[in-house]
Amino acid sequence: MELICPAGTPAGLKAAVEAGADAVYCGFRDETNARNFPGLNFSPEELQTGIAYAHGHGVKVLVAINTFARAGTLDLWKRAVDTAVEAGADALIIADVGVLDYAARRHPDQRLHVSVQAAAANPDAIEFYVKAFGARRVVLPRVLSVAEIAAIAREVRCETEVFVFGGLCVMEEGRCSLSSYATGQSPNMNGVCSPASHVHYREQDGQLVSRLGAFTINKFAAEEPAGYPTLCKGRFQTEHGAGYLFEDPVSLDATTMLPELQKAGVTALKIEGRQRGRAYIERVVRNFRQTLAGLEDGHSAPAGDLVALTEGQSTTAGAYRKTWR
Amino acid sequence: MQLTLGPVLYNWQPEQWRDFYFRIAEEAPVDVVVVGEVVCSKRSPFFEAHMPAVIERLAACGKQVVLGSLILVSLPRERRQTAELAANTDFMVEVNDLTCLGALMDRPHAIGPFVNIYNEATATYFASRGAQRICLPPELPMDSIQTIAAALPDVTMEVFAFGRVPLAISARCYHARLHKLSKDNCQFVCERDPDGLPVATLDGEPFLAMNGVQTLSHACVNLLGDAVDLAIAGVGALRLSPQQCDMVAVAKVFRDLLDGRRTQENGMQELTRIYPDVPFVNGFIHGQPGAVLTTKGTEENLRQRKAQAGTMVHEAGQ
Repeated sequence: MELICPAGTPAGLKAAVEAGADAVYCGFRDETNARNFPGLNFSPEELQTGIAYAHGHGVKVLVAINTFARAGTLDLWKRAVDTAVEAGADALIIADVGVLDYAARRHPDQRLHVSVQAAAANPDAIEFYVKAFGARRVVLPRVLSVAEIAAIAREVRCETEVFVFGGLCVMEEGRCSLSSYATGQSPNMNGVCSPASHVHYREQDGQLVSRLGAFTINKFAAEEPAGYPTLCKGRFQTEHGAGYLFEDPVSLDATTMLPELQKAGVTALKIEGRQRGRAYIERVVRNFRQTLAGLEDGHSAPAGDLVALTEGQSTTAGAYRKTWR
Repeated sequence: MQLTLGPVLYNWQPEQWRDFYFRIAEEAPVDVVVVGEVVCSKRSPFFEAHMPAVIERLAACGKQVVLGSLILVSLPRERRQTAELAANTDFMVEVNDLTCLGALMDRPHAIGPFVNIYNEATATYFASRGAQRICLPPELPMDSIQTIAAALPDVTMEVFAFGRVPLAISARCYHARLHKLSKDNCQFVCERDPDGLPVATLDGEPFLAMNGVQTLSHACVNLLGDAVDLAIAGVGALRLSPQQCDMVAVAKVFRDLLDGRRTQENGMQELTRIYPDVPFVNGFIHGQPGAVLTTKGTEENLRQRKAQAGTMVHEAGQ
């Protein structure tokens, strides 16, 4: 199984390469990229240099152009595709059907991956992308169980990639407008979810209140660690009581499920976190590299090594275990 | 401008569901009606017995019937259902996930608001494969709507204009989770909340609505005040999404406004009376947070914008 690692910056790319990534994924410093955070991502020149460096170490570079193109401004997305191809990207990760169509026609030899944002969750939907655009790989949404992943991998005519570590979307990716409902900024349109620019904290009655846009997302007691107010991991109330209605503030860690994912026929394992720093990338990538090497030698996958690096310091295997539902 | 009645998103009692459509067929001034379970495949068996009668009544009353497909398809049974829906019907199918596109074999079809069409290139691609109606994603701003509609004058562009906005879909059933049940043994608890389960912030402010695997807004989108602008922008249909209120009366208000029989102010008052206790919002099409209600839609403002649009049309024609 290939290990696909995040690179939010040129320094992150270097760190991931050195720590044992098989491939890194990164994006341009604009709205074509679903991690459009200030201070992150690559200029065309940085991408070119980064690709040269990675290729020099036998590591591939996948370029994410994975937002949905804004109407009337297609040129920005087309340019991103052209620039990534010229820079020697090993694959483009694309979500928008219009952008996929352009890339497939303009660069018929370029390897295309279907982004998780395209929400292709079953063999028929995946077959659409394979047949229409010659997609070579699909990144599966984080809402499938391992059994479902295995069934998909058996049936589809392209490779499959799954997330194994980092942030956990509990809603199907590419189908969620919760963030834009509260803030006007969304993953699909702006490449951001619950953006920091709309986050506020304030003290109220001895509690720390976190707000996103005009809405309270959580309240923390004095001794309680205050997490980031990602909307779907907030605390809300219904007539049946208050709590984490959608998901606790946990991160995904599927380390212990790697053997099952391998058995399921998954081609690539993806680590989330282009917004994270060098040290984080180094540690997570190295850890997964060791675990994968161990698996090859017949060792089982150790649990819990990475908990300290996760948001909220707690983890879940998410939808990979059916009990999650 | 056409009016479309979107599919019922909630788990209504089968008889209530059937009677709702019978009344829509007879009384509602809507042109198109989307029928079918699109949220949770576990609910489908309840409605199946009533489907033929509902479809027949709607068609007999002159409504164009469109069959909605599931939003999130993961089980083999759901794939089979979706493929059969697409393959075995003379009615138009509304594609809510690309799963059924293959089975449609490029036959004329509609595309629902759950397929990501954010720009004219994507819309053009789907039109080339037989899409004749496209309900755009609810979060799209007006300038995107206008650009897409202008690029494809032969495709009927539709906008989500009334109802709680569907904001997210998951493999996890939040209703079941809330009641400490598993999804497989959910006991259909979502039927207890036929207008969605209100989700409030810890301050007690209404925020979202839970509907099984789906999450909606608490507030109700209401684009009555934007209807004329949408028509000028080239939108061909407004979608009214069924809520627990008099949807026939809602459709009449929209029809009356579009036909000039009612003022916007009067229509707004009437909608407030029909669906009280739920705030109205229209932020998305104004490029603002979806939860916002802009005050742009006043009569004076409307006149000004109409005049501006008239000038633009005139200039473009020269």
